[in-house]
Amino acid sequence: MTQAPPASDELEPAPPGDDATRGGGSGRTAIALLDRSWLFLFLLALLGFFWATTPRSTFLTEANLSQIALSTSQVVLLAIGLTFVIVTGGIDLSIGGILFFSAVCGGRTMLELAGTNAQVTSGAYPHAAKAIVAGIVVALLAGTFWGVVNGLLITLMRLPPFIVTLGTYGMTFGFGNLLSGGSYLGAPVPTGFTSDFGNAKFLGVYYPMWLALGFLLVAHVVFQYARFGRYTRAVGSNAEGSRRAGIAVDRHLVKVYALAGFLAGLAGVLDLAIYTNTTSVSHLQDNLNAISAVVLGGTSLFGGIGSVLMSSVGAFIPTVLQNGLVIRNVQPFWQEVTVGATIILAVYLDQLRRRRSAGGG
Amino acid sequence: MSSHAPETPLLEARKIEKRFGHVVALRDGNFSLAPNEVHAIVGDNGAGKSTLIKVISGVLHADAGELLLEGEPVQIANPREARALGIETVYQDLALAEHLDAAANLFLGRELYLPPPLSWFGFLDRKTMRERAREEMRRLKIGIQSVEQPVVELSGGQRQAIAVARAIAWGRRIVIMDEPTAALGVRESSMVLELIKEVKSHGLAVLMISHNLPEVFAVADRITVMRLGRTITTLTTKETSLEAVVAMMTGALEVAA
Repeated sequence: MTQAPPASDELEPAPPGDDATRGGGSGRTAIALLDRSWLFLFLLALLGFFWATTPRSTFLTEANLSQIALSTSQVVLLAIGLTFVIVTGGIDLSIGGILFFSAVCGGRTMLELAGTNAQVTSGAYPHAAKAIVAGIVVALLAGTFWGVVNGLLITLMRLPPFIVTLGTYGMTFGFGNLLSGGSYLGAPVPTGFTSDFGNAKFLGVYYPMWLALGFLLVAHVVFQYARFGRYTRAVGSNAEGSRRAGIAVDRHLVKVYALAGFLAGLAGVLDLAIYTNTTSVSHLQDNLNAISAVVLGGTSLFGGIGSVLMSSVGAFIPTVLQNGLVIRNVQPFWQEVTVGATIILAVYLDQLRRRRSAGGG
Repeated sequence: MSSHAPETPLLEARKIEKRFGHVVALRDGNFSLAPNEVHAIVGDNGAGKSTLIKVISGVLHADAGELLLEGEPVQIANPREARALGIETVYQDLALAEHLDAAANLFLGRELYLPPPLSWFGFLDRKTMRERAREEMRRLKIGIQSVEQPVVELSGGQRQAIAVARAIAWGRRIVIMDEPTAALGVRESSMVLELIKEVKSHGLAVLMISHNLPEVFAVADRITVMRLGRTITTLTTKETSLEAVVAMMTGALEVAA
């Protein structure tokens, strides 16, 4: 803490009485710590609950925990992009659809290029390597494309992000189903992609999780220490002020939505790698999961405040719930109910907090 | 310290006109700003003060008339061009990014970067920015606990002080202030008025709009009175009175143009 040297005519800071919410330094840190640690406590409590209420060596086993991590890797990627979007004060409801659309495009590309139709359906993939690379590129481009579409519609046509991304959510699911024939792709993607990557481990952790962790680290550093992150927070704090300060706000917003689209495309690639195929029904809940991850991680829907790292912690909540409820043999639909209710609670708490800190001004 | 305009004014506005559809917000805006003076523009609501100031800060485009900067005609198309000419504006709604800290706000849009190759990825030199922000706060005698505190946690006066500090730090010629104390309490207003005097002592000219005439009389060297979209006169503060200015603002006292 640096304090300006005392001077008689100095503009003194307002006395504490001016603003009751501005606690002393240590009080504020304690609240911040509690704000951040409750998510860990919640997660631990959830893990403890499932450990205590499931038969021994079902839930808390290495195999099951890696499985949870594997299914969380996709949510982490979606949550990273969504964190940036929400910090700008926007929302992206289309990422689940973009994920599915990208996976279909990537998967179809892989199947087209891996061999003839007969070869592929009989499980032979003579050109697997080339096909996989091309499929990944196509999926990433497809995801980025839809992200750019979102960004351009929001900035050029001045439409609310909620409506634009709800619209593209429908479009991406629709186009995806048109391209996939409404069901699974005709054949699984080249098996090597799954055996060597999607379901392969390095140092005991699945590759998709390593990939998600890598992107998480980069995104965190960019969010905290680079211009991109700072402008994201500036735009979310005060878009007009940022514009007047010379920041190209619209261009930045397009980049942010493009990033979310790109990461959804990457999650689509993981879909193919992990599950060998893709279908729209398995992605209906992706938006809910990703938004809950971000919101539980403490990122404010009002913009300006957020943490990529905490979003990725939040990403475990829906997947742990899903996994635990399945093992407990409870109808997994309870997961949707719980996650939905948790989002509402988390946003309510954020709103209270905001009102408290805005009250003094 | 002379309050008289020298031969070449720093900024001169001649017959500025601005229409919004059929409404003429500004029909005849004339005034000159001397180097290193505090110049207040006063007038009743709808007199055209904000419009005139927005034309100078590049937010609005004049329909007619000309602006001269140090005797040279200039076109100011947007706020960025105004800044490039050394004209900084402190907006009424502050324009701070409230969740960023004071240092980040001071450098908003003009960030410093770490040396290459880190700069290629936009990595910010946060340490230098913080140090410079501390220096700036010290230089302007602005007391805030830490330049690393989000400005949302600061008082209204402190926020206004940061907005003013940003304008002073980057302004090379003119700092424009639109109602700098409108949202502030008495004590905070006096902080900001001190800061305005401080701006002057740093060699800049200040152009301010205010509703608060006692404040204007406390800090301004000269006062331009506006009425019904026209600048009707410019007075030297020491040679006039509050009552006279009020009379001119309301039209009770006619001024020979």
